[in-house]
Amino acid sequence: MAQEIKPTKIIDARGSYCPGPLMELIKNYKQAKTGDILSLYSSDSGTKTDAPAWIKKSGNELLGVYDRDGYFEIVLKKTRQ
Amino acid sequence: MADKMSLLLVSGTADKLMAGAIIASGAIANDMDVDIFVSFWGLMEFKKGSKGKINLSYDGKDVEKEVLQKMKEKKIPSWLDMIKQAKDVGNVKVYGCAMFADLMDIKKEDLDPVIDEIIGVSQFVAMAKDSKMTLFI
Repeated sequence: MAQEIKPTKIIDARGSYCPGPLMELIKNYKQAKTGDILSLYSSDSGTKTDAPAWIKKSGNELLGVYDRDGYFEIVLKKTRQ
Repeated sequence: MADKMSLLLVSGTADKLMAGAIIASGAIANDMDVDIFVSFWGLMEFKKGSKGKINLSYDGKDVEKEVLQKMKEKKIPSWLDMIKQAKDVGNVKVYGCAMFADLMDIKKEDLDPVIDEIIGVSQFVAMAKDSKMTLFI
């Protein structure tokens, strides 16, 4: 089993609806440093597709999308300057 | 320079204003700058003290009660808060229409501070001309 990645920051946007979680992610991303790992918790279905698409398109690394209990977790590594 | 999107908000109902706020958020996620021009019933809703008003356009009248109830239950932020969030995250500017402001004796200080400036239509069209897309909502 792969080792759990330890995020630099957890963004808990559960209970918030599209586009709330993605906005929270982008806001935190802008404040993050290159190399930081951000973990987004969301229960909104739009975010499950939109956030990974945004991460890839923005030139960063999508480390994973995980189903959790009643929500999902999206993990990214800021690889862009 | 970033691509730009221009939005023209004329309606004062919560569904249309919310659509504008959400699309602006989507534009930010696509690295776009957003210019929002607000006039008529839209601008009326940006007046200080009028932000509590929530109603839907005619299309949604049949389901208005149900939709508003769900919005309340699920704690959906107001369209004004969504615009504020969009401004917080991206490069979003909101402009009031000078013509309607003059007509209704609305001054910049009468409007929510989310409005950056009052400008004329020609200035907005100049912005729209340089945009990748312009939407009338």
